[in-house]
Amino acid sequence: MADRFPRGRVAIRGLATYGLGECPGHTPIEMAARAIRLALADAGLGVAAIDGLFVCLADDLFAGLSLAQYLGLHPRFTDNNRTGGASFFSHLATACLMLEAGYLDCAVIAYGSNQRSGGGKLSTPARPDSWDALAAPPYPLAYYALAAARHAHQYGTTRAQLAEVAVAARGWAMGNPEAFARTPLAIADCLAARMVATPLCVRDCCLVTDGAAALVLTRMAEARDGPALPVPVLGVAAATWYNSLSQAEDITTTAAAESGARAMAMAGVSPAQIDVLQLYDAFTINTILFLEDLGFCAKGEGGAFVEGGRIGPGGSLPVNTNGGGLSCCHPGMYGLFTMVEAARQIRGSAATPVPGARIALAHGNGGTLSAQATALFGHPDTV
Amino acid sequence: MSGDGMSEVGPAQVWQAALAEGRLLLQRPVGGGKALFPPRDAAPGSGAALEWFAASGRAVLYSLTWVQQRPPAAAYAIALVELAEGPRLMARLDGLDGAGAHIGMALAARITPGADGPALTFIPAGEA
Repeated sequence: MADRFPRGRVAIRGLATYGLGECPGHTPIEMAARAIRLALADAGLGVAAIDGLFVCLADDLFAGLSLAQYLGLHPRFTDNNRTGGASFFSHLATACLMLEAGYLDCAVIAYGSNQRSGGGKLSTPARPDSWDALAAPPYPLAYYALAAARHAHQYGTTRAQLAEVAVAARGWAMGNPEAFARTPLAIADCLAARMVATPLCVRDCCLVTDGAAALVLTRMAEARDGPALPVPVLGVAAATWYNSLSQAEDITTTAAAESGARAMAMAGVSPAQIDVLQLYDAFTINTILFLEDLGFCAKGEGGAFVEGGRIGPGGSLPVNTNGGGLSCCHPGMYGLFTMVEAARQIRGSAATPVPGARIALAHGNGGTLSAQATALFGHPDTV
Repeated sequence: MSGDGMSEVGPAQVWQAALAEGRLLLQRPVGGGKALFPPRDAAPGSGAALEWFAASGRAVLYSLTWVQQRPPAAAYAIALVELAEGPRLMARLDGLDGAGAHIGMALAARITPGADGPALTFIPAGEA
């Protein structure tokens, strides 16, 4: 009976982003709290409505406790589960089950980071696992470069195909006023860009920005009372195969192959029925790996799949319509932003709406292609 | 094996101590089975008892990235190497440049003393 999920019984009632790009003069928790207030306003609820608090902050091991204190809440449940950038998907799974069971009435999932204005360096306390640390790899860069190098070796994936991912993301970002990187970008620019760790150049790497986001979740019945279109959660699954990529059976196949299949089974949908995808693109290779592992193309064919602008504006499969971690924002843990953009696409309120989008997929990644998690969201008429 | 678990050191420390003596150890299930690294107190999945054995030091390059540095510092190689016995580990490569290294090439383990303890690196096979 495992993997039972209350499909469509819980919905996103409110959502918000705050401080994307640069947000000087703010602490991470201030930014998260601001995003929560905006999301509550969007939901037509007050802060006192929250009884479940889900949060992950890079600089605070006890973020759930800190945020309750900051907001002046006595939540029934707090959770600061850390699986890296995919944490918020685990939060979503827990929140949905607790809301559906009646343990909670209103859950908030929140994140904030001042990574860019707080010093401009990656603000992660994460480190290589102790065995990899003997080689002192730059974390997490070296791991993604190793995956990309092996993918190129096994399948012939080229730097120009990686660049297609960056160019598509930039194309979407250019239509999104919230996006941080909005200057035109061409394949040739990527190929000429500074190499960082072969085969990845600087254009293959995500941004270093500030940013905060929040979701407000209630049972679907109550979400219909809100001012905005409720966005029901159709399925969510997180998969764990390892912490260090070094221990992967095959570093060109991630646990997204499990999380995606499980989440789609819960939702009762197949890849062909999904209208828009938000994939955690910490590096360009991520998008290619996840398109393969989630079943949008065969393993090894991701490079050819993204050619010709297929996943950019005007292409046949809209991916990362906010500009993604590559061109919209990447404050350290990007996962929650994929869910916000997926929900905005269902509402029709995204900066660049995909006409008629009824089913949206968000995919989170954490660590070094380690934690993988997938969520499906639908229009209310899909429930 | 003393029978008193409290007096033993853990597998990680056993491995480190052997490396300091110039030996690269791996584990396998007692009586045979798939070799494993990093060290554990029991076989992952099955929970079978483990025994130590010395690795051959032979390996194949599984993946490789050249990490760029601000000039004039040279790029350095971070590799995933697949040991002849099966396990994979992350290591630095020595004695290679970007033109001479390719995935699938044969490598040999080299253990050298370092300021922070013994270092395990890999060099092209035949140059050991």
